[in-house]
Amino acid sequence: MSLSPLQLCLLFSSALFCVGLIGALARSNTILVLLGVELMLNAANINFIAFWRYGPAPSPATGVLFVIFAIAVAAAEAAVGLALVIAVYRHRRSIQLQDANSLKG
Amino acid sequence: MITLTFIALVTLAAAAVAMSQRNLIHSALLLVASWAGIAGFYLWAGAEFVAFAQILVYVGAVSMVVLFAVLLTRRSHAELAIAPASVKRILAAIVAGGAVLGALFGAVLSTPLASAAAPPPAISVKALGAQLLGRHTASVLLIAVLLTVALLGAVVIASTNSKEDAP
Repeated sequence: MSLSPLQLCLLFSSALFCVGLIGALARSNTILVLLGVELMLNAANINFIAFWRYGPAPSPATGVLFVIFAIAVAAAEAAVGLALVIAVYRHRRSIQLQDANSLKG
Repeated sequence: MITLTFIALVTLAAAAVAMSQRNLIHSALLLVASWAGIAGFYLWAGAEFVAFAQILVYVGAVSMVVLFAVLLTRRSHAELAIAPASVKRILAAIVAGGAVLGALFGAVLSTPLASAAAPPPAISVKALGAQLLGRHTASVLLIAVLLTVALLGAVVIASTNSKEDAP
């Protein structure tokens, strides 16, 4: 069977999502976990664009607007996440996830 | 199709190598390459505005924040090479990720997706701006408030508490 371009786009985004998932699960460095989550967010954006491009009867702006808002929220998330990494490092002198195992200050 | 395959392979390879690197700086730079590849995908799909937004936000801004976080959270030069995670954990992650990958691939390949060779939907930046500030004004304002609050919160979280940190 031959793949349609939409299927190829979806396979691409699924593979990227799984790379991010494996990275987020396997690494114990907080920054790398955050970057894995960012990759997963990007895979979702790729899906939006793929369905906007090939989906049934696309309205010309919908997918693009979705992705613009998603990128804005992802940027806010990255800033807060990395600030949290710095705060945890200041507290524990380490950014390994297994060292940050208590909520008590 | 060939262009798409090429972009996908480059992006996936950069992301996979970034996730398996021991050196954090190398990881961050490879992820920048991966994000640039995703911007290339947006260009290929005809969403130019999104492609340039991706370059501005990810390749430009988020990468800088990541690099600053890497540099601020290390004690010595040798610490850039981080200790490897446990083998058990890596194996469990690969099994879980592989299961998700298999489920997603099976779902995508077994779904009869209509692949009409429709012309790409064209939207000019002018029309996009009219939509953003016309129908979606409330969303734009909400995003502005969210970004302001998030960045202020990031500053507050990351700032030093002078009473605690006084030597």
